[in-house]
Parts: sequence; structure tokens; C-alpha cells
Amino acid sequence: MQLNAIDENLLKTIADLHGIPQGAFNIRKNGQALARSSTETITIEPKQDKPGINIRIAPGTVNQSVHIPVIITESGINDVVYNTFEIGAGSNVLIVAGCGIHNPSEATSQHDGIHEFFVRTGARIRYVEKHYGEGGGTGERILNPVTILHLEEGAYAELELVQVKGVHHTFRRTEVHVGPRAHLLMNERLLTHEEQTAESEIHVHLEGDGSAGEILSRSVAKGHSKQVFRAELIGYGKCKGHVACDSIIMDQARIQALPALIANSSEAELTHEAAIGRLAGDQIAKLMTFGLTEQEAVDTLLAGYLK
Amino acid sequence: MLRLQNISVQVTTENEPLAILRDVNLEFKPGCFYAITGPNGGGKTTVARAIAGIIPVSNGRILLDGEDITSLNITERARLGIRYAFQNPPRFKGIEVSTFLRLAAGDDTEAKTLRRTLRQVGLCPEEYLHRMVDTGLSGGEMKRLEVASALLGAKRVVILDEPEAGVDLWGFEELVRVVSQSHREHPDRITIVISHSERFITQADELIVMAEGQVQSQGRLADVRTTLMEELNCRWRKQCQLEEDEDAVECHR
Repeated sequence: MQLNAIDENLLKTIADLHGIPQGAFNIRKNGQALARSSTETITIEPKQDKPGINIRIAPGTVNQSVHIPVIITESGINDVVYNTFEIGAGSNVLIVAGCGIHNPSEATSQHDGIHEFFVRTGARIRYVEKHYGEGGGTGERILNPVTILHLEEGAYAELELVQVKGVHHTFRRTEVHVGPRAHLLMNERLLTHEEQTAESEIHVHLEGDGSAGEILSRSVAKGHSKQVFRAELIGYGKCKGHVACDSIIMDQARIQALPALIANSSEAELTHEAAIGRLAGDQIAKLMTFGLTEQEAVDTLLAGYLK
Repeated sequence: MLRLQNISVQVTTENEPLAILRDVNLEFKPGCFYAITGPNGGGKTTVARAIAGIIPVSNGRILLDGEDITSLNITERARLGIRYAFQNPPRFKGIEVSTFLRLAAGDDTEAKTLRRTLRQVGLCPEEYLHRMVDTGLSGGEMKRLEVASALLGAKRVVILDEPEAGVDLWGFEELVRVVSQSHREHPDRITIVISHSERFITQADELIVMAEGQVQSQGRLADVRTTLMEELNCRWRKQCQLEEDEDAVECHR
């Protein structure tokens, strides 16, 4: 199997991969499996009924990682995949997904990844998903990810959902069911520019006693881009939840932030905060007193903010 | 030599022009340590921000070694060696102390220099290098870091705006020592400290007293003592205090 320079650059950007990874992985390119590898405790198999893969992590698997990046380098592709993750009880793994599109033409390239995770009792996962688009054509790059998690008793999930740049339109939907004493930490980072649109809809159901969920979203909107952020925390029992959305707005961009709290029990403790504002003039001035130009100062501030 | 010639700064508030600095003339000589003091709202910070290029001047010229820098922006002045430590240092989400100091000092600065500077201002590098420069740092920690960032590198002009504000008592002596030491290590440097602290004031080669947007007096401590002690307090204060006993409060100014 050969990777060309464009493939390698996309893989590096979305999954920090330098060439073919070690351990379990599945690399999908232009709607086809390019390479796949299972290990003793992590099996990756194609679905029989629809495009996508089943990833099965044996109970008790610790300190291992799975890479399942998707790259699209042809235009006019509309790729839909269903991936299902079975994370065995007591395991502790890192899963790196992500999609990079290189579209040099006039036709639209689109990838809709539907990821569903069953995180069994006491298992821990860190899930990293990066989205990135490039290519000089007028063809649009569209990414519509759906992420669904079921956290069983005492499970822990840390999500890092990042859209770096170059994605014209995105509609991201995240739904998490947090069981008793299970814990969710979700970090979302979003950058939009030019005429891009991004919509993120998050539903977190805190379903058991001692369940906890934290959603931290940071975004930057530049140019004429538009962002809508809807985050709903729904508490059923003795649970704790917090949602914070923090945005930097620039140029002629528009942002809507709509955090919502729904308590179905008097024992639910739910809080939210939201802020939209420009970069502070003093932050830019401070970095300029170090000799940075105004543009370098802004870039440094945004890079830190979205890190 | 840093020279401020007939500097005026005006801002517009509620459509009314307000003069913050009025015809300020100052000279700062290389190798000298200056303290600017005076009551709140007197224009001290505005002088500093005007030198750094953060506030545009409405009138007058600023010269650095004969070069007119009035029209240069903040970046260009920074590159000429002017460094300004803010009175209220801004915080940065997602930027680590190590990154912040490297931005201040330049990419090629050795790690040990950053560590040494942090230690000098009383911040243990082990503990602080990887902390974020955000709301996780206290006001005093922010001020120490701000001083550290200003002292890094061989700058021609270093302006510290109330470096002692928020710094605890036992850290303060050390801070004064570090600022003086850094000044001595750079023989041609102009150090300007805006301060209300006697320790800084007594360190200075020359004192500048500012009030109401103007330089009230300038010279060695003995020369300006009268201005500091008597004139800067409201000249009518004695009168008022007499009347307060009789519960008749009226301003005589």
C-alpha cells in the first residue's frame, strides 16, 4: 500500500500519524478501506449490511490505541460510514478518528461518519476526532459527524472534537447517555472562516445516580462565517452537569450559543455559562510589545485559545 | 536618550474632549533609573503607554536616540528595544507560561534563561513553566510574570507600571532587588518604574512627579519632596479638615 504526499499530510493533520501506525488501525480513503490491522485484543471487521466497521475491544485491554482516520482526495465523493465501537469492561484505550478532505476541484466532497460507542462497565476511553479540509478548488468540503455514546456504570469518556479549518459546512450531532457513576468530559474546538457554516448540536443525558457530564466548547468565527451551538444537559437523578461555551467573534461573523438545562429531578445539579466576545485589545497590544506584528499576535492568541 | 517633546494625549468621552496629558516634556538618559509617581489619574500610565505606542499622541514628538518614533506602531517600537510591563497584565487562555516567556524573549532564548528569570521574580520554574497564563494565576503571580517578561532580553528602555501591585510583602523586597540588578547589568538601559512605593522611589536616580496630566516636578528625592508631601495633597485639605469638625463639607478648590 502506498501513501502519497497529500495522503501523508492529511493523516498527519487529523491523526498525528506519520505513515502507517502501529497496533490496530483502519485507514479509509475515498470510500474504500486502504489498510486495516487488528491485534490480539482489538479486532476491526467490516460491517456486512452497510459501509463501516465494527471495532471490538476485549475487556481489560489497557494502554492501547486505535487509529481509524478517513481521507478523501477525490472530489464528488459522498461517503457515509457507520462505525460501531464495543469497549469491553475495565479497558482503557485511546481512539483517534478524524477526517481530512483534499478537494482541488469544483465538485463537492462529503463525509458523514456515524460513530456509536458502547462503553461497558468501568471502561475508560479517550476519543479524539479532528476534521480538516484543504485544496484550492471551488468544490465544497462537507463533514457531518454523528457521535453517540452509551456509558455504562462507572465508565469514563473524554471526547476531543476538533474542527481545525477548511471545512465549508458542518452539522455535528453528539448524543451521550451517561449511566450511574459514569463521567463524560467533552471538549469541542471549532474554527470557521470565510463563508463557512458550522452547527453543533449536543444532547447529554445524565441518567443515573452519580452521573456527571461536562461540556466545554471553544470556538472562533472569522470572516463571514456562521456558527450555531446548541447544548442540552438533561438530568434525571442525582447527577451533576456543566456546560460552558466560549466564543471569539471576529470580522463579520455571526454566532449563536444556546446552552440549555433540563432537570427532571430535584437532585440534579446543572449549570451553564456562555460568552461571546472579541479578542481583547490589551491581549493583542501585550504580544505586540514583545515585537509580534498585529497579525502574529492574533494568530498566537487564537492558536492558544483553540489548543 | 529618550525624549518626550510637548506630548499631549486627548480622548473623547461623551463627545467631550478630555486631556489626559498636557504638554509633557521629559528626558530619560541611558543608564539612569527613573521613578514616576503621583496621585491616581495623574497621567503616569498614559506616559508609559504613549512611549510603548499603545496610546496615540494628539500632539508632540517622541525621540529615541534622535530617531523620531512618534509614528511607529507598538511592534516597531518593541523591535527598537522598548519594553512595557502592563499595570493590569492581560490573561491568555491556552498559553503556557513557557510559551509566553519565549514570545517575550525570542525563540532562541535558552531554557535556563527562562527558568532563571522566573526564579528571580519568585516563581518556581518547576511549578509555573507549564501553568496557563489565565485566570488560574493570582493577581500577584501575574504581576511577577509580567516583570519577568519585561526583564528578559537586552532592552534599551524598560517601563514597569506599578510592578509591586498585588505582590506580597516578602516578595516585594526581592522584586526591587531584581529590577535594580537587571538595570545595573545593562549599562545603557533606561529603566522607568511607575510606583507609589518608597523602596522604588529611593532607588531612582531621578524622580518624576505627575499630577493632572502634567509633570509637577522632577529631580532627586530631596528636590521633589515638597511637591510630594504638600502640593500633591489637595492644597485646601487643611481648610476642609477644620470645617469637617463643624460638619460643613464644602470644596474650596
